[in-house]
Amino acid sequence: MSGFLSDTFLAALLFGAVTAAIPLLLAGLGEQMSEKAGVLNIGIEGMMITGAYLGFVGAYYSESLWLGFLTGAVGGIAVAALMALLCVRIGLNQIVIGIALTLGLEGLTAILHHFQFSRSYPRLPAAEVTAIPFLSDIPVLGPALFRHHLIVYLAVAMVVVMVWVYRRTQLGLNLQAAGDKPAALDVAGIDVIRTRTVAVLFTGGMAGLGGAYLANVGAGLFIPFITNGAGFLGIVLAMLARGRPLWVLIGALIFGASLSLTTAAQVAGINIPTDLIQMLPFLAVMAMLVLFGRRASLPAALGIPYERGAR
Amino acid sequence: MTDNTSPATSRAVDVVAAEPVGREIGRRLLITLGPILISLVLAGGVLVAVGVDPLAYYGLVVERGLLSPLGLQQTLTRMAPLLFIAAGLIVAFRAGMWNLGGDGQFLLGAVSAAASAPFLVQALPGWLALFAAFLIATAVAMVWSLVPALLRAYQGVNEIITTLMMSFLGVSLANVLVKLVFLDPGTTVPQTRTLAVADRLPRLFETTITSGLVFGLVAIVVVHLMMTRTAFGLRLRIVGANPRAAVHAGLDVPLLTVAVFAISAGLVGMGGAIDIIGIQGNVRADWNPAYGLAVIPVVFLARMNGFAAIGFVFLLSVLSIGGESAARRLGVPQHFTLVLISIVLITLAIAEYLDNRLNQARRA
Amino acid sequence: MLQPQQPAPPIIVLEGVTKRFPGIVANDRVDLAIRAGEVHVLLGENGAGKSTLIGMLSGLQQPDGGRILIDGKEIAIRSPSHALSLGIGTVFQHNMLVPTLTVAENLALGGPWWQRPKIAELSVRVAEIARPLGIEINLSAQVSELSLGEQQQVEIVRALLRDSRVLILDEATSMLTPQGAAELGALMRRLVERGLAVVFITHKLGEAADFGDRVSVLKLGRKVGDIAPERLGALGREALVDEIVTLMFGRQADGDAVSIPPRAANDDTLLEVRDLNVASVSDAPALEAISFKVGRGEILGIAGIDGNGQKQLAEALAGQLSASSGSVILAGERFDGLDVGGRRRKGLRYLTDDRLGEGTVGTFPVSINYFLKQIGDPPLWRSGMERTREIEGRARELTRQFDVRTPGVATPIGRLSGGNIQKVLIARELADGAQAVIFNKPTYGLDLANTLATRQRIRDIAGQGLAVLLISTDLEELLSMCHRIAVISQGRIVGTVENGEGAGERVGRLMIGLAA
Repeated sequence: MSGFLSDTFLAALLFGAVTAAIPLLLAGLGEQMSEKAGVLNIGIEGMMITGAYLGFVGAYYSESLWLGFLTGAVGGIAVAALMALLCVRIGLNQIVIGIALTLGLEGLTAILHHFQFSRSYPRLPAAEVTAIPFLSDIPVLGPALFRHHLIVYLAVAMVVVMVWVYRRTQLGLNLQAAGDKPAALDVAGIDVIRTRTVAVLFTGGMAGLGGAYLANVGAGLFIPFITNGAGFLGIVLAMLARGRPLWVLIGALIFGASLSLTTAAQVAGINIPTDLIQMLPFLAVMAMLVLFGRRASLPAALGIPYERGAR
Repeated sequence: MTDNTSPATSRAVDVVAAEPVGREIGRRLLITLGPILISLVLAGGVLVAVGVDPLAYYGLVVERGLLSPLGLQQTLTRMAPLLFIAAGLIVAFRAGMWNLGGDGQFLLGAVSAAASAPFLVQALPGWLALFAAFLIATAVAMVWSLVPALLRAYQGVNEIITTLMMSFLGVSLANVLVKLVFLDPGTTVPQTRTLAVADRLPRLFETTITSGLVFGLVAIVVVHLMMTRTAFGLRLRIVGANPRAAVHAGLDVPLLTVAVFAISAGLVGMGGAIDIIGIQGNVRADWNPAYGLAVIPVVFLARMNGFAAIGFVFLLSVLSIGGESAARRLGVPQHFTLVLISIVLITLAIAEYLDNRLNQARRA
Repeated sequence: MLQPQQPAPPIIVLEGVTKRFPGIVANDRVDLAIRAGEVHVLLGENGAGKSTLIGMLSGLQQPDGGRILIDGKEIAIRSPSHALSLGIGTVFQHNMLVPTLTVAENLALGGPWWQRPKIAELSVRVAEIARPLGIEINLSAQVSELSLGEQQQVEIVRALLRDSRVLILDEATSMLTPQGAAELGALMRRLVERGLAVVFITHKLGEAADFGDRVSVLKLGRKVGDIAPERLGALGREALVDEIVTLMFGRQADGDAVSIPPRAANDDTLLEVRDLNVASVSDAPALEAISFKVGRGEILGIAGIDGNGQKQLAEALAGQLSASSGSVILAGERFDGLDVGGRRRKGLRYLTDDRLGEGTVGTFPVSINYFLKQIGDPPLWRSGMERTREIEGRARELTRQFDVRTPGVATPIGRLSGGNIQKVLIARELADGAQAVIFNKPTYGLDLANTLATRQRIRDIAGQGLAVLLISTDLEELLSMCHRIAVISQGRIVGTVENGEGAGERVGRLMIGLAA
C-alpha cells in the first residue's frame, strides 16, 4: 500500500505545488505593485483569464511557448490599460469596474474558446523542462523542484527583482508614496496618475503571464473559467504579504501545495473527494486572515482615486 | 472648495438622486439608453467576430425571453431568486459593505433547503414545512457571513477579500454536502433528494410562474422601504456614506456591520431556498448558476434603488432566459449575457462620468 | 547685501490673477510681486483666498484669468514638477511627507524613476544646506517618528535641495509652539539674507508684523492692501498692526473685542471631570489624569498646540472614545459606562471640529443632518419609521432659528458653506436640553462674519447658564471669551489660568513647557 510518505507521493506533491504556485506567485507579485501604489485591482482575475486565453492562442498558433507567454502578458497589459484608463485616470469606482472586467472577460474568453476550440479541444505538447545540473539529481527534491520550465525559475527570480525595485530604486519610493500619500508624491514633482498607471500595467502583465502559464504549462490547454479564482488568491497573497515579495512566494507555495494535494493523492492512490481538497487553500486563507487579519494593513490611499487639489 | 464637486461615481455610494423633472428626465434617459445602445453594438461586434448575426441573436433573445408566453413565464420565474439576491446586495452596498460572497451564500442556502425540505414535508403541513426549510436556509447563509462580518467589524479586515474567499469555500462545501452528506440514495445522479412538484411553492394562476416571484418582489420592496423610510435603514446608510459620522453620532458601527452582513447573506440564502422549494426541487452536484456575481452589476446599474433593481433584474432574466434559448439555437454560449452586462456597466459608468464633467463645466 | 530700499526685480509677478470655483470667486484680479531678499507676508483670514493663490503658484491649480510672469516672462505653471523646475518650492500647511518612508527617502522622492536614490550624495548636500541654517536632520529616521516642527524643517530643506529661489510657507506656524514660530521667523530671515524670496502665508497679525518685509493683505479673494518695506520699516509694531487691522477689516476691528459673559448668580459646578485617563492609540497621544470643573455659565478654554490630546479629550467626554479610568460628572450624575447617545440625552453635547469628515454626511439632506444624533427618537420617528413631514418641518424651524442659509432643507449639506454647516451643527447640539457643550475649534475655517457670530453664540449659551468647554488653538479667541483657560500639553493639563491681565503670556509660557 502506498502511503502519504512514499517518494512518488512527495515528489508529485512538491512538483504540483510549484506548478500550482507559479500563477499565484505571478498574480500576487503583480497585484502587490498595484496595492502598493494605492489601486485595489479587483480586475486582476479578468487580466489573468485574458492572459490564459491569448497565451494559449499565441502558443497554439505560433507553436512557441515563449510567444504564448508574450501574447498572454500583452493581453493582460491591454486589459490593465483599460482598467488604468477608467479607474486611475478618470477615477471610476475600482470595485465596480474590476468586477465588470472580470465577468465580461470570463464570458468573452469562454465564447471565443467555444467557437474556436470547443470541437477539437487542442492540447499543447508538454512544456519543455529545464533541469538544473546537479540540483535536479537530488532524490525527491531534485525532480520536484529543479525540473521545470524555464519560466518557473524566472518567476521565482522576479521575487528578487521586486525586492530590489522596492528597496533600492526611485521607482520603489514613488510607488510607496503613491499608495501612502499621493499628494506628497505629486508635490515632489512625480505624476501620481502615471505612477499608478505603471503599477496597474505591471499587474496586468504579470497576471497575463500567470494566466498564460496556467493554460500553457499547467493545463496544456485553455478551458473557460480556467483561472477559477487564482487572481483573487493573488489579491489575498498581496494583502497578507504587505508589500514584501518574499512573503508572496511563501504564501503562493503554501496555496500551491494545498492545490496540488488532490493530484498528488490520486497519483499515490489515495481517494479524497476533490471538493474537500479544493477548499484547503481557501480555508488556509481564512485561517490566516483570522489569525493575522489585524496586521494585513493596507496603504492609506488604497482604493481612493487621486484628484489633484482635492482634499 | 472641491468637496462638493467629487464625481458621484467614485465615492458616494448613497447619492440620493434629486427628483428629476422635465429636461432632467430627458437627460437621464439619454445617459441611460445611449450607453445601452452603444453596448448592444459593441457586444454585437463580438457576435459578428464569431460569425453570428447579432440581429438574429438579439431578436431571438427578445422573442424567447420576452415575447413568447412560455419564455416570459420562465423569465418571471427566473426573477424570483434574483430579486432576493438583489435585495441582499442592496442592503450591503448601501451600508458601504462589499458583500461579494453571494454565490457561496446562495448555494449553501439552496443546499440547506434542498436537504431539509423533503424531510420536513413528511412531518409538517406543506406550507409550514416550506417555511421551515426557508428559515433554515436563511440561517445557514447568515452564519456563513459571520466570519467576514466579525473580521470587518472588529479587526477592520477588508470584506471584499473575505467574502470572496468564503464564497469559494461555500461553493465547494455545498458540493461536498451534496455528494457526501445529502446524496439521494434513490438515483445514480449525484444530487439531493427531490422535493415533489406538488410539495413545492404553488404556481401563480394558470401559469408556470412560481409564486416565489411574489415573495421576491415583496422582499425587495420591503428592503427598499427599510433602507429609505426607517431609522434602522438610515443608520445603515450613514455607516455606508460616512463611517466616521456614524461613530460621532453614537451608532454602534461594529454591531450594525454584523447586522448588515447577516441581513444581506440571509436574503441571498433566501434566494437559494426559493430557487429550490419553488423551482428546482433539488440540488445537483456541481450546480452553480453564479447568480451572485451576475446580480452585482445589476444592483450597480440600479444605483442600489430597489424599484429600479426590479426593472434591471427583469432585464437580466430576459437576457439569461433568451440567452439560454439562443445558446441552443445559435450555439452562442450563454456567457454572452455576462459580456453584454459588463459592457453596459462600463459604458454607463463612463456616461455618468462624462455627464458629471459636463455638469461641472456648466456650473463653473 | 540687498538694500530694502532698492528691491531687486521681482522673480514672480501676478497680474490680475483670477480663480473661480463653483459658487465662489476664490481669487479676484490679484496683483502681486515677489522679490528676492524679501519675506513677503500674505495675510488674510481663512477663506481669503491665500491657499488658492499658493495652489496656482505651486502648479496644483490653473488660473482662470490674468497672468503669471516669472523673470518677466509669462508662463503657465502646469504642474507641481513644473513649479519646482521654475524654482518655486512650497511647504504646504498640511505636511507633504510620506509617513512610511525615511527622511532621506522623502528627500530623494522626485528623482528619475530608474535611478537608485542617491542617499550618500544627498546627505552631503543636506548637511551643506542645513548646517548654516541651524537645522539638524536625522536622515535615517522614519517621518512618522518626527515632531511636526521637525517635519516642517525637513520640508524646508527639501525645497532648498531643489535649488528653489522662491520658498512658499503656507500657514507654517499653525502646528508650532510660540517658540517654534519665533525660530521659524529667524530661519526665514537667514534664508532671505542668502538671496531667496520667501512667501509667508498667515492669518495671524502678529506674525505678519514680526516676520515680514512686505505685507500684502487678502480679503475675500481680493488684494485689499500692500505695505511696502520702506513703510514697514518706518512704522512701529503697534502702528503697523493698526494699519494692517484697518486694511483687513476696513476700520477698527470692533467685532473681535474681548467680551467675557457675566457669570450667573448660581455658578455651581455643572460639568466635572475627575482623573480621566485614556490609553494612546496609534498616533494619538494618551490622556493622563485630566481633571477640571466647569461651572454654570462658565466658559473654560482649553489651549494648546494642535495634536496634544484635545481631540481625544473631547471624544472621551462625548463617549466616542472609551476612558481607561476616571469619571465624567454632569449635574452630579456620573456618566461611567454611558455611550454617546446616553450622554447626549443627559445634556452633554460635543460639537466636532471636523465638520465634513465626521460631523455631517455630505450627500444627505440638511434636514437629516440636523437629527443625525437622534435617529429613531420620537417625535421625528415613530416606532422606527421616518416621519418625513415632521422632520422637514422641524428642520425648517431650526433653519430659520439658526439663520442657516440653504436653498432648502432637502439640499445635500455638502453643498453649503462651512459657516452654514457649522450653524447646522450648532443647532443640532443645542437642541432639546443641552446642559454642557464641548466646542472643538468652533471657528476653524470660517470667514470673519461667521467667526464672530459663532463666538457670540457661544457667549450667549454661557449667558443662559450652560457650561461651555471651548477647545481652541487660537489663543486670541480663548482670551476674548473664556473665564478660565486650561493648557493641555501631551495629554496632560499643565496649568489653568484665570483670564485677565497678562493671561495670554502665562498661557503661552505654559504651552511651551514653562511654569506660568
